[in-house]
Amino acid sequence: MIQELFFAYFACAIIVLSILVILMKNPIHSVLWMLLLFFHIASLYLLLNAEFMAVIQVIVYAGGILVLFLFAVLLLNIREEVRINRFISAWPTGFTFAAGLLAVIILSVRSFIAAPPGIYTIDLIKKETHVKVLGKLLYTEYLYPFEVASLILLVAIVGAIVLAKRRLKG
Amino acid sequence: MVVFAIGVFGFLSRRNIIIMFMSIELMLNAVNINLISFSHYIQDLRGQILAFFVIAVAASEAAIGLAIVIALFRNKATAHVDEVKEMRG
Repeated sequence: MIQELFFAYFACAIIVLSILVILMKNPIHSVLWMLLLFFHIASLYLLLNAEFMAVIQVIVYAGGILVLFLFAVLLLNIREEVRINRFISAWPTGFTFAAGLLAVIILSVRSFIAAPPGIYTIDLIKKETHVKVLGKLLYTEYLYPFEVASLILLVAIVGAIVLAKRRLKG
Repeated sequence: MVVFAIGVFGFLSRRNIIIMFMSIELMLNAVNINLISFSHYIQDLRGQILAFFVIAVAASEAAIGLAIVIALFRNKATAHVDEVKEMRG
């Protein structure tokens, strides 16, 4: 009962916070609402028995990506940003598109049929600890995608440096 | 799923390019929530593995995207998508 209450609170809070992120005039406020949003998402993961994902969420998103965003926001001219119109002129198109997409997704979710339950029951995860189970799966069955992910991160590092560095003379 | 729709709306409608990137992060987060909750529901950890990779891709995407923003800012001194019109092939 109390778990469902918490779940409902987090779900509603996530929706409200993400609307706030989109609607804020000041980009810094947007980033700060997003910080709160990421913490709510992490707590939702905790409720779903995914402790490791919650930790990763806080470290990677709230600690890493958000700092990057804050850094980029500080490049902007905030005073001018608050004055001008924050949406482009074609925003009704975007709104219609998003609403249509939401309707399609909700309609399709209604015909969801659950797959046969897997072997990773909550009891097993609690007994073996989540990190151990996840790590075992990641380093055996999903080793190859894991290596590909590391390659993606390497490309990202090199690409970011190449894009952001000043052009050398000559 | 509502968060995903909000992210789509934000991506298509905001003028500021940084807010657009934040909308992309919002969409990826919505995907992650769905993956993890369904993996909890059908008691299978594969969804969480996939969410793990989504987080890795999101991190690299944010780095690349913000590098592009910085390069754009250096050349145009604007972060508004409707003021960037010309391309040079």
